[in-house]
Amino acid sequence: MNKLKNNATEALEGVLFDGMTIMAGGFGLCGIPEHLVIALRDSGVKDITVISNNCGIDDFGLGILLQTRQIKKMLSSYVGENKTFEKQYMSGELELEFNPQGTLAERCRAGGAGIPGFYTKTGVGTVIAEGKEHKEFDGVTYILETGLVADLSLVKAWKSDDEGNLVYRKTARNFNPVMATAGKVTIAEVEEHVALGDFDPDQIHTPGIYVDSFIVGTDYKKPIEIMTTREYVA
Amino acid sequence: MAWSREEIAQRAAQELQDGFYVNLGIGIPTLVANYIPENVQVTLESENGMLGMGPFPYPDQVDPDLINAGKQTISELPQSSYFSSADSFAMIRGGHIDLAILGAMQVAQNGDLANWMIPGKMIKGMGGAMDLVAGVNKVVIIMDHTAKDGSPKFLKACNLPLTGSDVTDLLITNLAVFEFQDGQPVLIELAPGVDAEEIKEKTEAEYTVCPKLKRHLHIQ
Repeated sequence: MNKLKNNATEALEGVLFDGMTIMAGGFGLCGIPEHLVIALRDSGVKDITVISNNCGIDDFGLGILLQTRQIKKMLSSYVGENKTFEKQYMSGELELEFNPQGTLAERCRAGGAGIPGFYTKTGVGTVIAEGKEHKEFDGVTYILETGLVADLSLVKAWKSDDEGNLVYRKTARNFNPVMATAGKVTIAEVEEHVALGDFDPDQIHTPGIYVDSFIVGTDYKKPIEIMTTREYVA
Repeated sequence: MAWSREEIAQRAAQELQDGFYVNLGIGIPTLVANYIPENVQVTLESENGMLGMGPFPYPDQVDPDLINAGKQTISELPQSSYFSSADSFAMIRGGHIDLAILGAMQVAQNGDLANWMIPGKMIKGMGGAMDLVAGVNKVVIIMDHTAKDGSPKFLKACNLPLTGSDVTDLLITNLAVFEFQDGQPVLIELAPGVDAEEIKEKTEAEYTVCPKLKRHLHIQ
């Protein structure tokens, strides 16, 4: 079976439907599946529920799906930096569910691992805990959170081999490995395609079992949200 | 005289101990990294998936794949490691991070913390703040003692939505330091030129005063 597809449009063929739930990896604009998101926009699929830590910026990343009003609901931990988001949310066009970042990550991990729910201290005593089961363990109160599974997960990795084994680079890893496990279908986009045997099997981050297909993206933009540097001191 | 932003960061840096794993929030907490005491080695965690966060990169070493939780470009160190968001919050939730230093809008006398949302304004989200205050062993909060209109921010009860309940271990303001002992706030230090009477006037929370109240001449 050949997991390598020619391009993002081909990779998405036959997996999209209106009203579906899609996970998208990335933290801010770091490690986002930028080509797959563009292909998603061009597909015209609508009423999507998107699970992603953030929602891109106005004109890049998931933000471009807001411009075309393809997103019905976002499940995120932080959505600043996006005026279109603010406008659509305030006008009631866009639904939003906030999850604490660690709870969001663990919900994906649990979903991918076949765990329907777990207890966490995070959010106890806050609005996040409202309506959720509370349970005490050794005198400490926890709330029940549920695992998440998506119809489709879109992830970004640095390299893939033919098997779909993935290796990420630096902090571009973030949510990608857990989301790769939690998609009924998972599509990866990578910067480099390597031959079988090029990876040291001990160094693989995501085993290919989680990856249904992958594409090799070209001309990555990788915009930087906040450029901070130091000066060379002579 | 009230402490400046840098002096607050300097005071917070005194909480760092050799060998600590530390998470610094956005804003003044980030400045704490500039005042790590000599002979103290700490490892900074960035909750987007990195331990051993280095300083901002030189201009020709900027890497879009290497950012901190504030989305700023950073650099790596010889001891750095990278991991997924799930692993990152496992180490936070699991109590493996020794210390978090975070900003706040309000703190209450029972240790409640509000720092993520003002109803009626656009809500941006809590990011990792709720996980950090729930999971990190010691939570140090930094904030101005009063709001811009002079109203107190250290209150009997927070009126903004909470980030966590009973989570504050140490509160450092621009005027004073309070330590939560058995969940009760104790005034332990005063900024230079600030007296206990001024703190009383500018604080709504009920607290006790440490018999060995320390009056700072300057931050050491």
